[in-house]
Amino acid sequence: MNQAITFNIESHRFLGPDGQPEGNLPPLAEDRDALHALYRNMVLTRLYDERAIALQRTGQIGTFASSLGQEAIGAGVGHAMRPEDIIIPSFRENGALLFRHFRIRDLLLYWGGDERGMANPELGDDFPICVPISTHTTQAAGVAFAVKYRKQPRVVVCLLGDGGTSKGDFYEAINLAGMWHLPLVFVINNNQWAISVPRAIQTRSETLAQKAIAAGIPGLQIDGNDALAVRHFVAEAIETARNGGGPTVIEALSYRLCHHTTADDATRYRSDEELQAHWKLEPVARLKRFMMNADMWSESQEDELIRACKEEIEQEVRHYLDSEPPKPTSMFDSLYAELPGELRDQRRLVESGVAGKESNND
Amino acid sequence: MTDITLVEAVNLALMHEMARDPDMVVLGQDIGINGGVFRATVGLLEKYGEERVLDTPLAENMIVGAAVGMAAQGLHPVAEIQFMGFIYPTIDQMVSHASRLRNRTRGRITCPMVLRAPYGGGIHAPEHHSESTEAMFAHIPGLRVVIPSSPTRAYGLLLAAIRNPDPVVFLEPKRVYRLMKQAVEDNGEALPLDTCFVLRPGSDITLVSWGAMLHETLQAAEQLADEGIDAEVIDLATIKPIDMQTILESVGRTGRCVIVQEAARTCSVSAEIAARLAEEGLMSLFAPIRRVTGFDTVMPMFRLEGHYMPSTERILSAVRQTMEFA
Repeated sequence: MNQAITFNIESHRFLGPDGQPEGNLPPLAEDRDALHALYRNMVLTRLYDERAIALQRTGQIGTFASSLGQEAIGAGVGHAMRPEDIIIPSFRENGALLFRHFRIRDLLLYWGGDERGMANPELGDDFPICVPISTHTTQAAGVAFAVKYRKQPRVVVCLLGDGGTSKGDFYEAINLAGMWHLPLVFVINNNQWAISVPRAIQTRSETLAQKAIAAGIPGLQIDGNDALAVRHFVAEAIETARNGGGPTVIEALSYRLCHHTTADDATRYRSDEELQAHWKLEPVARLKRFMMNADMWSESQEDELIRACKEEIEQEVRHYLDSEPPKPTSMFDSLYAELPGELRDQRRLVESGVAGKESNND
Repeated sequence: MTDITLVEAVNLALMHEMARDPDMVVLGQDIGINGGVFRATVGLLEKYGEERVLDTPLAENMIVGAAVGMAAQGLHPVAEIQFMGFIYPTIDQMVSHASRLRNRTRGRITCPMVLRAPYGGGIHAPEHHSESTEAMFAHIPGLRVVIPSSPTRAYGLLLAAIRNPDPVVFLEPKRVYRLMKQAVEDNGEALPLDTCFVLRPGSDITLVSWGAMLHETLQAAEQLADEGIDAEVIDLATIKPIDMQTILESVGRTGRCVIVQEAARTCSVSAEIAARLAEEGLMSLFAPIRRVTGFDTVMPMFRLEGHYMPSTERILSAVRQTMEFA
């Protein structure tokens, strides 16, 4: 018997749950500005999520997906990307989107049932939120092909969840990414839950990262609640891809401390004991403790940050609530570059006002 | 200018546009060194290289997902699926993404791609190779669906599809891939994507068809002429959007209409045309609209496909009944 192939999957973290360093820290750990930016994004995201849920509960937006407990993934990914890179998100990367040009008012518009939320021209080539699971992964490969074809020094970052790794789309996408050696980084937010289906019954694969091995590309696991690890290893993968080193799959281990969405009730399928145990591992307090221990953060800075974030969020909420309602005819106006003749009658019906009324979020 | 077949016209259009448009790439299974299983992409790899002529791993959904991503970046991908029967994994991408990327970003990101596939029966192919399911795509807002019926229209319509800023499903009637030859001038001129073509003017009855069935429909029209019935034959060409103006104008003159399609009957393109004629042209009709279609059965394997496909005789019978009605 010969061994055809063996593989191993590395697992990394820099900060333990209590914020204590484990082993050597990367230079990032001493970069006060970078840490503050990461931390600010995580706090902003958590407060935004909280506010958005309140807006949903009061009928002012529709169903909303929070990223509670997973803020380090969005922050680390968003901070690691360069402006010219391209993000292909799913729907739970709020922090990463806020690091890009997505504004809170845009995201509220989107979850408030309005396509204009993904229309801001400043978003450039960044993809809209993708609700179907993993269908965006093969598109990410196409986008990465295009930047490679044009010899642009840009990298595509595609985010998905643990459930998304069970879909054929994901296998097909990583297979193509490997085959074409694309400048593409997949970051899996393994938050342990695909609505009510736990990671344990999602796959018998020991790690999600090892799925990359079958596609001939590197896969690694990181502690997704350690913002330093996320920022460091995602940046490393992005720069490898930028320098022609090809794609990487990163499995970021986290935990969904929230319901799947505001339409879900997670108490139906998981215990409070489990939830409380994972609160002890959450990322925001972890980074704060590290910075406090390193004399890079204080309670007065914390108070000021929370005040500033809340003020920003309230401004954005006001923008959202004050936005003009969408024109009913706008459902026709971006369907094609030029509206086919047969649709003009339908558009006229809507324009005349007899077709119906705008629905609210009740 | 030489006489070429429909599949050669597809190849000619691809070659022409690859030379003209550096953003165009073609991708699919076996489209490179093999030139495609029907040879539609023959010569492209030699001329334009592996950077633009992409033999992909075998995964239809991925081919189209990648094309969506390329198109979102402003490339003009032309993806080939080998047979219509294998196109179904791509529907997720076409329905949920290609057709709506422009709309869900309010025009910020668009999807100028073409999905090409041979379709239809009559070539004694194995199971799953012979279906005509164009109506599935025609149902989807945001898509265009185009079916050529001759070498000249294959050339002009494919150029138009590639240049169109929105996703186009381009279905090639493989039964007539090599049935006829026409002189096709490689002049780079595209045809409109929202216009029917009147192939044969007539005054007694309007026959509407598309793709390979136009062969039988035109044969029927010739026989009808011998019987003193002057049939107008319209090639629908663009299944979505449908040029109802031309059809309504024709039926307004003839007062009679028979629609001929290879696809199964229920919820099909012929049903849409009949409905719109009823909505907008009822008062000009002397007789009920008749449809000559495939049956609402699974497309049979090839020993029975001759019984499934509408024959010239079935078209003639429908026309005679329509003429005798009043």
